[in-house]
Amino acid sequence: MRYVMVIDTLKCVGCSDCVVACQTENDVPFGYCRDWVTETVTGTYPHVEMELRSERCNHCENPPCVRTCPTGASHVAEGGIVVVTGNECIGCGACIESCPYDARYQHPEEGYVDKCTFCIHRVEKGLKPACVSVCPTRCMYFGDIHDPNSEVAKLLAERKYKVLAPEAGTKPRIYYLI
Amino acid sequence: MKTTRRQFIKISSLGIGGAAIAGSGFSMIDFFNLKSKKRTYDLSELNRYPTYCDVCFWKCAGWAYTNKAGKIIKLEGNKKDTHCRGRFCPRGTGGLGMYYDKDRLKTPLIRVEKDGKQSFREASWEEALELVASKMKGIRDKYGQESFALIKHGTPGKHFEHLFNAYGSDTIAEPAYAQCRGPRAEGFKLTFGTTVGSPEATDIRDAKCIVLIGSHIGENMHNSQVQELSDAIDRGISIITVDPRLSTVANKSKYWLPIRPSTDIALLLSWIHVLIYEGLYDKPYVDKYCSGFEELKEHVRHFTPEWAYNITDIKPKKIRDSAREMAKASPAVIVHPGRHVVWYGDDTQRTRAIAILNALLGSWGRRGGFYFKEKKKIPNYPHPGYPEPKWTWKDLNKKYPFAHSGITTEVIRASIPGVDGEHKVKAWMVAGTNLTQSIPDKNLTLKAIENLEFLVVVDLMPMEITGYADVILPECSYLERYDPIRSSTFRTPSIALRSPAAKPKYKSKPAWWMAKQLGKKLGLNEYFNYDDYAEVLDWQLKQIGTSLEEMKKIGVKNFERESGALYLKDNENYRFKTPSGKIELYSKKLKDAGFDPMPIYVAHAKPDEKYYRLIYGRAPMHTFSKTINNPYLNDLKDENFIWINPRIAKIWNIKRNQKIWIKNQDGIISKFPVKVRLTERIRWDSVYMVHGFGHDNKNLSRAYGKGASDSDMITNIKTDPLMGGTGLRENFITFLLDNPHKNVEL
Ligand code: SF4
Ligand code: SF4
Ligand code: SF4
Repeated sequence: MRYVMVIDTLKCVGCSDCVVACQTENDVPFGYCRDWVTETVTGTYPHVEMELRSERCNHCENPPCVRTCPTGASHVAEGGIVVVTGNECIGCGACIESCPYDARYQHPEEGYVDKCTFCIHRVEKGLKPACVSVCPTRCMYFGDIHDPNSEVAKLLAERKYKVLAPEAGTKPRIYYLI
Repeated sequence: MKTTRRQFIKISSLGIGGAAIAGSGFSMIDFFNLKSKKRTYDLSELNRYPTYCDVCFWKCAGWAYTNKAGKIIKLEGNKKDTHCRGRFCPRGTGGLGMYYDKDRLKTPLIRVEKDGKQSFREASWEEALELVASKMKGIRDKYGQESFALIKHGTPGKHFEHLFNAYGSDTIAEPAYAQCRGPRAEGFKLTFGTTVGSPEATDIRDAKCIVLIGSHIGENMHNSQVQELSDAIDRGISIITVDPRLSTVANKSKYWLPIRPSTDIALLLSWIHVLIYEGLYDKPYVDKYCSGFEELKEHVRHFTPEWAYNITDIKPKKIRDSAREMAKASPAVIVHPGRHVVWYGDDTQRTRAIAILNALLGSWGRRGGFYFKEKKKIPNYPHPGYPEPKWTWKDLNKKYPFAHSGITTEVIRASIPGVDGEHKVKAWMVAGTNLTQSIPDKNLTLKAIENLEFLVVVDLMPMEITGYADVILPECSYLERYDPIRSSTFRTPSIALRSPAAKPKYKSKPAWWMAKQLGKKLGLNEYFNYDDYAEVLDWQLKQIGTSLEEMKKIGVKNFERESGALYLKDNENYRFKTPSGKIELYSKKLKDAGFDPMPIYVAHAKPDEKYYRLIYGRAPMHTFSKTINNPYLNDLKDENFIWINPRIAKIWNIKRNQKIWIKNQDGIISKFPVKVRLTERIRWDSVYMVHGFGHDNKNLSRAYGKGASDSDMITNIKTDPLMGGTGLRENFITFLLDNPHKNVEL
C-alpha cells in the first residue's frame, strides 16, 4: 500500500478551502499552515498562463527530513506516510531546513515540528483527508497507488502529470495533473 | 511552512534542498502517540446542528459540529443540499470565524456627548431598544413613518422588513440591487419576461460551452456554479472568457478575449452580427419564440468583427472563431448574465445584449442553457395586513422607469436637503450592510448621515458604518440563531433550516428578537404573535408537510417540481412573460419610454496619461468587506495588492511589494498604502484590486489599515438611466510613491 495524492491543476481555482479545512480539522495555529496555495505565472500579456497548486508535504519516497532527524521522531509510517512523533521531537529544526518544499513548521506552543499527515486519523476511519473532502472543485484525489483500480492510479495512467522539484531526488508522492 | 500573513498566494519559487540519497526506513511507531492536543474525534460522535451558511448570499446548507463541551469545532456542507452538494466554499468552512471573532460587537451601544466630545457608552437592551422605538414614534408623529428608511442586506434584513412594513414604512432598499445585480434583472426581464434568479438558472451541469463576460467563477465562489463548472471541465466544456485581466477562469478558457475595458457592448454586437450573417443562430427557435429579428438583423448589419476590433482590441478572427464555438454548442451554451454588473451606466443595455445573444443561440429553456427554475412557496406566518404607506421606495425611484426595487442611492439622496427633489427621509436603520463601503461616493453617504435625525445600525461586527450610528445593536452570528427558512430557486425546490448551534455570545441577540421587541414597544404585538422564532418556523414547516423537529434532523428537504418540465419541449408553444409573449429582441417597451429598443455601443471615457482604469473584483476566500476580519479567512489573505503590469511599473520605477498610495481622478487619496503586485495578468491601461480591504475602523483589529479601499476611489458614478444602477468602473487612478499623509495624524 502506498498513499499518494493527485491534484488536477486544470480544475483547481486556488480558493484555499483545502487550507481552512486543514486548519479546522487539525487545529493548525493561526499564522501557520500544513497546506498552502501557490500561483505561477508565465508569459507576457496577453500571452499569459498560470498554474495554481495546492501544496503540502510530498510524503516523499526518499524523505530528507527523516534522514536528518536526530531522534527518529520523523519517520515513515504505514502507507509511506511521513510523520513526526511529537513527543520524540526535540524541535531542533533540522528537518525544516532539509525539506525542499518548506512543508514543515515548528508549533509555536507545543514546540514540536508539525506538517501534513495525510489526515491519517481520517483515512483510518474510511474518510478522505480533510482537504480532499472539502475541495469544491473536486480537483484532489487520494488513494493507494499500488491498487491499479484506484482513482489515483487510473488518473496517473491516463493523464499528463508532474511532481515538484524532481531534481531534489526526494521522489515526491504528490502528483499534479497538467 | 509559515504563512507570511501577507502574500499567501504567491509566485512560487521553490528552494531546492540538498540532494537526497539515503533510503527511507520503514517504521511502525504508533502515529497517534503524539503529545499534542491533536483531534482524533469521529464526526459521528459529535453533535450536529443544521444551518445554512451566512458568509455570502448563496446560502449553502450544512452542519455545525459541536464537541462534548458544546464548542463549535467544524462546519461542513450537507450532502443533500443542491446548493453545495455537501461542500462549503472556503468562506463557509471558515464561517466559524464569524462566531469566534473577538472583535464582535458585544453589547448595545448608545452615542453620547460629553464636553463636546462624542463617544459610545454601553447600554442595556431595554434602554437601547426603548430609544430606537421612541425615535421611530417620533419620526412617525413628525413626518410620517415613511420617513424612516430601512437599508438592509441578508437575513437580518428580512426580520426588519417585516417590522418596517408593520410600522407602515416601505421605504426600503438594499445595495444588492442598484449597486450590483439590478441591471441584469431588468435586462433579462425586458427580453425574456423573467429574471435569472439567484442562484442563476444556468444549466452549467449540461453545458457544452460557457461564455463569461467579466464574470469570475472561481474567484467568486458561487458554490454550485464553481462545482458544476469544474465537473464540466472534466467533460471538456469549452470556456470563452472576456476579461481585461487573466482571471482564474480566463486561464482555464479555450478562448480568452483580453478586451479593452468598457467596450463589451461592441463585442456583443459583433458576436450577434456573426451569428446572424453567418446563419449560425438557432433559426427554428428564433422563428418560433423571438420577435424583432428583422429589426435586429438590420441593426447589427454594420457591427462587423472588423468594426469591433478597432474598439475592443480583439482580433476579428478571434471574434468569429469564438462566435462559431458558441454556435457549435447551441443550444447547450450559456452566455452567463454575470452578477455584479454595474459598470458603465449602460449596464441594462449590455445585459440586454447578453440576453439577445442567448436568445439567438436558443439557450433559454434548453438543456445546457438556462433551465426553468422553481422554488418552494413558504406560507407566511399569520399576521394582520400591513398598513398602506402614503409613499414608498417607488416614489423615490420616479426618474428610473425600469427600476423594480429600492435604489439605495436614491434613499441617500432623499436624505439630503437640497439634493434633487424633496428631503423626505429623516432616519435610517441599516442592517447587515457596511454602507460606507458598499455604496459608491462615500462623501454623499456621509452628507446624508450628517443630516439624519437618527441612525440605528444592526451588525455582527464593528464595521465602519457603526461608527456613524446613534445606536448600535449587536446581532449574533448565524451559528447562534434561527432565521427564515431558506427556499431558493434551483432545478428542484429545496428548503434548508438554520438553527442555533450555540447560545449567542456576549450580549448579542438575533435580529428576529430585536424586531419583535421593537414591534412590542411600537404597539405592533399582533404582528409578532410568538415568543420564539422556532414557533414561526414550526408552523410554516408544518404547512408544507414537515416540521421543525424533522428539519433539525435532516437540515435540508428536497421537493418534487410542480411547475412542469425543466426545459422547453419540442412541441410546446411556450408564452414568455413579455408583453408580446415572445422573447423581445426589439423592445417596444424601451422604445416607448424613449430608450434604444436595441443595444448600441457608446464610447466611454478613457484614462488620461499616467492614470489607469480601476478594476476591482473578488478573492475566493472573502465576501466583500464582511470577512476581512474573520480570523480564519484573514489568515488566508489579510490585505489586497494593486496589480500593475510590469511595463507600467518600469515607467514609474515601482518595485514588487513596494507600498504606494493611490489617487483618483477627483483627487481622492487612499488613506492607507497598498502593496504592489507586478503581474502580466493585467492590461497596461488598467489596475486591479480585490474589493473589501482598507478597513478604517480600529476595532477591526485584523483588518484595520490593511490594504487600500477600492470603494474610496469610486467617486465618479455613471448612473443607468433605465433603472438607477450605479456604474462604478469609470474611475481612474494614479500612483503616489511618497506618503501623502506624512504630516497628518490618522
Ligand atoms: S480547495 Fe481545491 S480548488 Fe480550492 S485551492 Fe484547494 S485544491 Fe484548489
Ligand atoms: S491531508 Fe490533512 S493534514 Fe495534509 S494538507 Fe490535507 S487536510 Fe492537511
Ligand atoms: S458559497 Fe460559500 S460563503 Fe456562500 S453560502 Fe455557500 S459556503 Fe457560504
